[in-house]
Amino acid sequence: MNRRTDNGTLWPVAARWEDLVAIIEARALARTFTGRKGREKTEVVAVAGVDLSVDEGEIVGFLGPNGAGKTTTLRMLTTLLRPTSGTATVAGFDVARDPVEVRQRIGYVSQSGSTSPEARAGEEVVDHGLLYGISKAQAEARGRELFEQLDLDGLWERQPKAMSGGQRRRLDIAMGLVHDPSLVFLDEPTTGLDPQARANLWEHIADLRDKRGRTVFLTTHYLDEADALCDRILVIDQGMIVASNTPDALKREVSGDLIMLELVDPSRAGDAAERLKAAGSTEPEIDGASVQARVPGAGSVLAGLLRSLDSVGVELASIDVRRPTLDDVFLTVTGRSLREGA
Amino acid sequence: MTTTPTASAVTTATGKRRSSFWHDTFVIFRRQFRLAVRNPAWVIIGLLQPVLYLVLFGPLLEPLAGAIGAENAYTFFVPGLLVQLGIFGAFFAGFSLISEWRSGVVEAERVTPASRTALLVGRVLRDVVQLFVQGVVLIVLSFAFGLRASPGGLLLGLLIVVLLGVACASASNALALTTKSEDVMAPLINSIALPVLLLSGILLPISARSGAPDWLVTLSDFMPTKYIVNAVRDAFASDFTTANVLWGVLWTIGLTALAVWAGTRTFRRENS
Repeated sequence: MNRRTDNGTLWPVAARWEDLVAIIEARALARTFTGRKGREKTEVVAVAGVDLSVDEGEIVGFLGPNGAGKTTTLRMLTTLLRPTSGTATVAGFDVARDPVEVRQRIGYVSQSGSTSPEARAGEEVVDHGLLYGISKAQAEARGRELFEQLDLDGLWERQPKAMSGGQRRRLDIAMGLVHDPSLVFLDEPTTGLDPQARANLWEHIADLRDKRGRTVFLTTHYLDEADALCDRILVIDQGMIVASNTPDALKREVSGDLIMLELVDPSRAGDAAERLKAAGSTEPEIDGASVQARVPGAGSVLAGLLRSLDSVGVELASIDVRRPTLDDVFLTVTGRSLREGA
Repeated sequence: MTTTPTASAVTTATGKRRSSFWHDTFVIFRRQFRLAVRNPAWVIIGLLQPVLYLVLFGPLLEPLAGAIGAENAYTFFVPGLLVQLGIFGAFFAGFSLISEWRSGVVEAERVTPASRTALLVGRVLRDVVQLFVQGVVLIVLSFAFGLRASPGGLLLGLLIVVLLGVACASASNALALTTKSEDVMAPLINSIALPVLLLSGILLPISARSGAPDWLVTLSDFMPTKYIVNAVRDAFASDFTTANVLWGVLWTIGLTALAVWAGTRTFRRENS
């Protein structure tokens, strides 16, 4: 389900085209790691050359299997890793030339956490704010406000080791937001959380944009997460971006809806396939009494298809339409299922 | 599609002040100090070790004082203990950094605009404060055992030890961020620290007078910490103008500069 249609508030597309402002802009961004295998020097290409552009106010998902280059790209965009080649401008500054300016303007929530288990949650947040150069009073006020918004009330004095996984992750998000950045990077934000905590965190992430107008760039290897949260998805595989669009458009342009017909009389399968093709489908697959094929948009085709089947006397036992999933998209663009890799 | 973000796009609502080295160092130090004070087990263990040496090993040295060329066994022995404290205590400082790295704290700090040197120096300051307190406790206790030294000598000796602590704590932090594993670091530190301990003449002097064979004396001449121990000994004996003091101070400053440089590099490095 797409979040935008989900909550009924279509994000203002018109405004987006007028004040199109790229907050992340990467060109041919690449990173090669040199290692050693025995005596030989080996080069591992983690990111082969990424071009991407993220506008202000977007929630963009970086989707790919483990090892596809998601985290490496993210670490380059957050100045933790220098690109081997290519350029990236984040929040108006070049990541290689002005890393300090970039750091000042972005928030980063890593997979591995950000607090000492023995420390007190509130103190960690305030200290983190101080490192961004905001005053103690500001950091404290902002921290308490974030605790309230992220359902961490009453946990200011709590040690992270005494918190649940979901609470700790929300504390990490509070750490990443204490200096009020306009752009937030989240690396695999819900990995390792139980379903309830995940759904809860999704709401908080959506609020970052919906209520606070922040730009969110997140990596994930969960299809449902990308589908539920993101305005736009960048699919990365083997260090390259292989697809980029809204979840709906990706599904539409890459595969289309699957129409599955179950016939009463298997001998009429050929006629049914012919009618399907006439309605603009892909080459139908026939398996006994069942015939299936993909069409760009089932909604506009279905009524005509039923009439035409009826006119040639093909009787249907059942008809089923399946919307494509992101897994179908992934399978189409990479030739592999994401689920196998995850 | 290349557009430059407007000012509003990059300015956060809070408005900000660029953080500075000393400010960042203080923030890191205060955080580390708070964590250390809340878990004083390590401070106590660190303190207990030299006290045990003083109580259980010191008395054995008293009758030997003449043989090793010292008028006062404790004026000879306590400087060695102090240097040992500076080396060993500080060398183990890196272990806490490994667990911090594992819980993501190091990365979270590296993504802030804070000075990379501050990330190291703030931590090292915590170790230095701890070392200073331990050193003072040890000296005060030693006076009860019979140590005699001038205030100036004590001050210089303590200063050298604290500086050595900076060097060792920096090296330990650099090692921690490079190995990222207690299992690698523990044997590594032991294999460095044990020869250093034995060859610096920390417990017993290595010299022809103390009956050491020539090859051992030559070998120990290559150990910078030997000069540092001797410098602290001379300082305690109020001999401020000896070659020992000069070399000891130079070595300490050199090692400190090298270790802080190496430590900062590891915090700056990408895969930390």
